[in-house]
This record gives sequence, C-alpha cells and structure tokens, in this order.
Amino acid sequence: MSTVVNDIPAFTAKDLVTDQEVRWCPGCGDYSILKQVQTVIPELGLKREEIVFISGIGCSSRFPYYMETYGMHSIHGRATAIASGLKITRPELSVWIITGDGDSLSIGGNHFIHLLRRNIDVNILLFNNEIYGLTKGQYSPTSELGKVTKSTPMGSVDHPFNPLALVLGAEGTFVARSMDRDPIHLRTVLKRANAHKGASLVEIYQNCNVFNDGAFEVFTEKSSKADETLFIEHGQPLVFGAQKDKGILIDGFTPRVVSMNDVSANDLWIHDETDRVKAGILTRFFDDPKNGPHFPRPFGVFYAEDRFTYETALKKQLEDAITAKGAGDLDALLRGSNTWQVKG
Amino acid sequence: MENTTLHATEATILFAGDSGDGIQLAGDQFTNTTALHGNDLSTFPNFPAEIRAPQGTLAGVSGFQIKFGSTEIYTPGDHCDMLVVMNAAALKANLKQLKAGGIIIANTEGFDPKNLRLAKYPDGVNPIEDGSLDAFRLFKIDVTKMTKATLDGSGLGTKEIDRTKNMFVLGFIYWIYNRSLETTIKFIEQKFGKRPEIVDANVKTLKAGYHYGETSETFMQRVEVKAAQIAPGNYRNINGNPATAYGLIAAAQKSGLPLFLGSYPITPASDILHELSRHKNFGVRTFQAEDEIAAITSAIGAAFGGSLAITTSSGPGIALKTEAIGLAIMLELPLVIINVQRGGPSTGLPTKTEQADLLQAVYGRNGEAPLPVIAAQSPGDCFYAVYEACRIAIEHSTPVFFLSDGYLANGAEPWQYPVSADLKPIKAVFAEALPEGEKFLPYKRDEKLARKWAVPGVKGLEHRIGGLEKEHETGNISYDPDNHEFMVKLRAEKVERIADYIPDQQIDQGPSKGKLLVIGWGSTYGAIKTAVKAALEAGHSVAHAHIRYMNPFPKNLGELMKQYDYVLVPEMNNGQLVRMLRDKYLVPAEGFNKIKGIPFTSTELLEKIKTLA
Ligand code: SF4
Repeated sequence: MSTVVNDIPAFTAKDLVTDQEVRWCPGCGDYSILKQVQTVIPELGLKREEIVFISGIGCSSRFPYYMETYGMHSIHGRATAIASGLKITRPELSVWIITGDGDSLSIGGNHFIHLLRRNIDVNILLFNNEIYGLTKGQYSPTSELGKVTKSTPMGSVDHPFNPLALVLGAEGTFVARSMDRDPIHLRTVLKRANAHKGASLVEIYQNCNVFNDGAFEVFTEKSSKADETLFIEHGQPLVFGAQKDKGILIDGFTPRVVSMNDVSANDLWIHDETDRVKAGILTRFFDDPKNGPHFPRPFGVFYAEDRFTYETALKKQLEDAITAKGAGDLDALLRGSNTWQVKG
Repeated sequence: MENTTLHATEATILFAGDSGDGIQLAGDQFTNTTALHGNDLSTFPNFPAEIRAPQGTLAGVSGFQIKFGSTEIYTPGDHCDMLVVMNAAALKANLKQLKAGGIIIANTEGFDPKNLRLAKYPDGVNPIEDGSLDAFRLFKIDVTKMTKATLDGSGLGTKEIDRTKNMFVLGFIYWIYNRSLETTIKFIEQKFGKRPEIVDANVKTLKAGYHYGETSETFMQRVEVKAAQIAPGNYRNINGNPATAYGLIAAAQKSGLPLFLGSYPITPASDILHELSRHKNFGVRTFQAEDEIAAITSAIGAAFGGSLAITTSSGPGIALKTEAIGLAIMLELPLVIINVQRGGPSTGLPTKTEQADLLQAVYGRNGEAPLPVIAAQSPGDCFYAVYEACRIAIEHSTPVFFLSDGYLANGAEPWQYPVSADLKPIKAVFAEALPEGEKFLPYKRDEKLARKWAVPGVKGLEHRIGGLEKEHETGNISYDPDNHEFMVKLRAEKVERIADYIPDQQIDQGPSKGKLLVIGWGSTYGAIKTAVKAALEAGHSVAHAHIRYMNPFPKNLGELMKQYDYVLVPEMNNGQLVRMLRDKYLVPAEGFNKIKGIPFTSTELLEKIKTLA
C-alpha cells in the first residue's frame, strides 16, 4: 500500500496544512505536536486520502481541522468509540485519535479502556496537560493532588490517574510517552506508534501555558531534564543524568537508582519492550519530583506486544461464515425454513 | 363416550406457568405449528421482569397468549377460550383473562399446599378442588406423574424429567386442536441434537401428551380451526425483532452497502443484535459495544466510513444516545436508530410494552434537532418499516428513528414474505473525485437538501466534519449568527421535505368522510383494526388511519382529519401523538390512553368508539 516512489513521499508536510486558522493560544504545546505530526505523516508511506483524524472535545481536539486529511471533530469523550466503528468497518484506513486528559480519562474513560483491550489498530495521541483548558482552568483527572484551580479553591482532593499504568491495566499493546518540547523524540515515537499493529497509545506531555504553565517543566527544561527523565530504548540499559552517570538496577522486582561508578552497564536493567511485568514497574516511575527522592520519569516505548486486532479477527469471522454457509442469499433468509402457501 | 369435534372460526389459548416451566417455548412451538397449519394468528408473550423470579410466586408467572383462526386475526385476543396453567400462581394471575364458560387445564401438582401458599391462596383453599371454578370447564391433569411414568427407566434424573413437562402439555393441546407433531419434533431434534437421550425424552413426552388426549377420555371435545382465507401467497411465521433484523439486511443488500450494528444489550431489543450476529455471511458486522454511547458513536464512525450503520436499543439506552444523535444530525450522515420501546420512565417496565418514547424520538434533543421518525405497526411490518427507515437515512443523508415496541418485538404473525427483487431500490449517492483544482464542498446539497456521502479513501475529498455549527456548503466551523439561523432552518426544511418522498396517508378501513376518525400508530394497529371493523359492522360511522411516518407527517394528513367530525387517538402512553396532531393541525383530537404495560383490547376500543361514532 506504500505510495513512496523512489523514497519521495507522495505529499509533504505542507500538503497537510488546511486553510483553517489555527486557534490555540500563542505558546501552547499543541503547536509543536501538530508540527511533528505533519512532519512525520508524509514519511509513513500512507495515502493521504486514507488517513483519518478523529477527536473529541477539548483544546487538543481542534486538531483535525488543521490536518488536510479526512477528519471528524466529534463530541466529548467519544472519539475512541467513533474511531472503533470506522476502523472495524474500514480496516485499510489509517486512523488517528486526538484526545486530551479530560476527554479520554474522564468523560471518555470507558471507551478508552475498551478500545485498548480490543486492540483496534489505531493511533491514540493523548495530549496530557493536566488541566481543563477549553473550559478555562478546572482540574483534570491527571492534575496532582492538592491542585488549586477554579473548581478546587482549597486544593483538589482527587487522587490522579497514572495514565500509562491505566493503559497497561486495560491490556494496551503499545504504551509510550513523549513530550511536546522534544520534537525528535516525539517524531520517533509517532513512527513507532504508526508501525505497531494494534492500539498504540502515546501519552504526550503538553504544556498549557495559559492555565497550567510549567506542569512538566522539570522534564522539559534543560537545567533539570537530564536528571529527571529517563529515555528508554529496547535492549539498552536504563541510564540517565547529565553525565549519563546514573542508572537503574532491578533487584527482583525492586528497582534502584545507582551510580554508574558503582556498577557496569551490563548489570543495569536492560529495557525489554516485550516484558509486561517490567513495563508495569516502569509506569510506576511516577513520583512527584517535588516530593523527595524519586525515580526519573521514563519516556519512550514502555511496552509493545504483538496481539491480534479486533478488526482482523472480525473480518476473519465474516470470511469463515461465507466459507461455511456461502455468501448470504437474501431470498433464502426471508423465506426461512418453515413456509406454507395460501392458494387463491 | 365418543369424542365430538367442535368447529370454530377462531380460538385463543393462554399458556401460563412459572418462568422456568418452558411456557414461552411451548407457546412458540404451538405458534409455528399453527402457522404451518395455515391459520392466521397473533401472539402475545408476557414475561416476568426477573429471569428466574421465585418459583411458584405471582411475580414469576410467564404467559403466552395466541389467537388463531380461519379468518383474519389482528390481535392476540382480548380474552381466552382456554387457559393452561402449570401452577396455582398462573391460575390466580390469569383467571380474569378467561371467557365465561372457558376451559381450564390445570397441572394438579402445581396446586399442592406449597404452591397454593406461594400463590397466596388462604390456608385450606384450593381452587381446583373447592368448586370455585364451577363457572368454567376444569380439567385436571397430573402432568408430573404422567411425565415420570412416560420416562420411567429412561435413565434421566428427576430434574431433566421435570423439564419435559411442557412437552406433555403441548402434546395434549396439539391433540385437542388436531395438530401435527412434526414441526415440534423437528425442532426438538435440532435443539437437542447433541444429546440424543434428551431428544428422545422430549419426543416421548410430547407424544405421550398427545396420546393422553386420545385415550384418557378427560377431554371430550376436540376443536377444529380450519386454515384461514387470507391473501394468497407464500407465508412464514415471524416475530418483530427478527423481521427488523431481516429488514436491515435487506436494505444493506439492496443499497449495496455493508451493514454495521453498534449495540449494547437491553430488553426488549437484544434479539435484533442476536439475529444480526448470526448472519455474518451477509457481510454484517455486529459490535457489542461497552455502553449505549459507544454503540451509537461506533455506528457514526461506521457511517462516516460508508457503512449502513445501525444502533439498537430501548428507552433508557436511547436517552444515553441523545447527544450522539445530535452529532449525527450535524454531520448529516445516514444512521438508523432503533428504539424497541418498553414501559418507562427510567428502568420502568423492561418486559412490558408501551408507546411512550414518541416525543423523545421527535423532540428529545438539545438544540433544534429534527429527524425523521418511522413506526412499525405489526411484527411483519417491522421489516418494511425499518427498510423504509434505511432508505430515508441513505437517500436523505440523515439519522432516522425507527420505533418498534416490546409487543411487536416478541409478538408473532404469519408473514407473506417478500421476494427481494420486489423491494424498492435504495440508492446511496457518494461524492466522487473532483477535477483538479476544484474545491470539495462537503455541505453542498441536492434537491432533497441531502448532502453527498464523502467517504475516506477518495482522493481529493479530504474534509473535516464535526459537531460545531457548519458554514453553509463549506462545512467549516462558523459562529456567524445569520449562518446559524440559516442552517437551523435548512436542517428543519430538509427533514420536512421528506414528506415529498413518502406516500400520502391512507384510510385503512371505513368511509373517507364521516363522524369519527380513529388515528393510531405503532403496535395498536391490530386492536384498532379489529375494533373499527366491529363498529363498522354495527353500523357506526367510523374510519381508521394508521400513521407510519411520525415525522414528517404525510402531507395530506391535515386534510384527511378535516373529513371527520371527531378524531380519536388511542395510544399506549399518556397522550403523545395526540399532542403532535393538536399542535400541528389545531384539531380537537381526543386521546384514549392505556398505560398498563399491556396492549389495548379491541373490546375496550370498541366501547370507546361507540361513544363517539
Ligand atoms: S488553553 Fe491551554 S491547552 Fe488550550 S489552547 Fe490555550 S494553552 Fe493550549
């Protein structure tokens, strides 16, 4: 199905820009994500007319209006369910879901987890800004405990979700995290997500500079990024720090931060994307950096599993039914097996 | 004593027992056999709300009523000629249904002290022993004993033997009405094929029941109901839910579109999901979604992709789908929303029938959100009505409501099934690739005001749609005040214009001018038809019109009503169609309402008609 002729894509990032004025606040992290998506898509060997972007409601959900592909800006929380129906009936399409932390984890939580367990082959880009932007600044299901917002003047008493732990718990087959401020990493992860056959979930830390500015600062700012983040790669040891001087070791099921002066790289935890249990431990590297000693926050592909997709299994049932019973005969169906004749 | 045979033009039997007694199965079997015998018929299964309500109690009584005849039958009968009861609770719950002098067939074991107590008869009172049923003809049979004797030495356990009781009773009823056992034997063989000992037991018991009639001298009179003189043609027996499923498959086949159903199980609509999931060889994709919202939104996704997309539910589920229906109206995509209505509000009466979701279908959304609404009038008509709903959805690019109800869904009638070639064609119009440089306008409309279906995969038609207000033609987001008002009116006009593409309202029977017009919709058809027929025969000036197109109404409806002095609108709700008629046409239509979870009887309708005509 590749349309790449002599490695020259059939269309460019420019062809993906629509005539609609982009309406996000200046400085919003969404701009960068849009740019990376538009950059990556032409490199994927897809036909533009077979790409569909579906979103729910929220700032990020405006996204499809800015993509010159097929698209639907739907209703709050339902993009996942709409995309499911589309992909099940049109498996050849490349379906992308754009959603936010409120859209997917709050109002659309149910569809979100069910899509994951069904492993429908779509790419879900979850723009996590830990706030409700479009409705002007209420706390979200990923906002930290104690968060003071318009709807929580005394601080939020809602314990937040750990989105990737939720995804893994919901039987997700591709679990990844990236950020708006690291274009190269984001593009790499997007490519991996697209290559994965099954439901690919990419959580993207996205700065809402109006209502939650700096929520991910420690992970994105140069001064702290190296010490607070852990970029994981399949087959590579878990090493981090400005001088690559720290590593993670796993003792049974207990991870530990160690100094590279004390261990050799071979003794470190070697990241294995296919190891579900260890991926689970990695998703638990989720401590609030403000609260004392903690693990760095991992970015990259946590887990990737090759599992049959819902739509291929269903398609096979349809084919099997035809093999077993023959293509449907409408008149035979209407007649049924017990008929009688009334003579005039 | 000699057996005598009574000749009757029609008969009504009510089978009743515990929900675990196999009453529905016996009823279904009697229906199929009766249909094949050539009788016209109508059935009314009546389930308890709980799957297994406490045994022997009034709450646990399950009933199945069938009226059949050598003449045309439109209702399952107001009262029955024969009441078959498996226990005391079944008698107590249904005795009022029995005609004076009617026959009671009672399973004596179901009248032991325990069952009498559970049915709340006072201590020491046993209705089948104390003469209190003297006004009826009572026949007592110890079904349990007979069944045990029949299967003595079969090696089956008491529980399994007990389960064949319904077959004994069925066999006995077959004997009374002189019916062949063949269909039921075939059914037993198919159902229990994997367990020959069970097939054997059931067939044996069925035959034992039949022979019991012959030999016991319990029952002196057999009844002969000859085949009906109905319109010549090929018939089968059908229930409303399978007819709906077949209508959907037919519409998909005739339009050349793949069929997609997004559904979440709910009583009494689930059987449509079950039926469709059996026909994957027609390319049908059924998706049991995680909830009602996903059921409809997955269907919207499928519609966007070019499928004939359907969602099925009942009242409470429809309420959950409301926001998504609004989205489908904005997207102007074909979608059929099926509501098999049940008693409401809230969870209401899940297993009982009602017509109380009409206003919900026509008006129940935020914003100005009109859509077409079609209602079926009989089990077999579910096929044609849902087919028409699909046609309108596809050809007018709009979501369409299809209304059925619990009574149609589970009720059965002989159905003169159509030949596929005779079905109205359905034409889906897809947007095609444009010449280079030309801009695609997703909301450009044709003379029906429908927009073209632009399906992903076509080069050059890339476009975005969504729930925000659309700019005329371009479909871009628009907050322009004038555009919004224009679009609201355009969407309303689009639905109104469907009236140009549907048939005029017909008078079902009665004079085209007169004193009284009875207007019904949905499953009240049979009861109204029977009542109006009787009133006409008695010389009253009355006619009957039954509306299928609930929105928009047929164009001549207003004129039609003006031809009569009075308009009476019987409905199984607190007055919904009557409001719409009064609102739109300013006619002093009068409602006649029944909100009991059970259909109208033709007798009560006739009484009412007589007061007005
Ligand atoms: S409110 Fe926040 S998330 Fe929304 S567009 Fe503005 S900066 Fe971006």
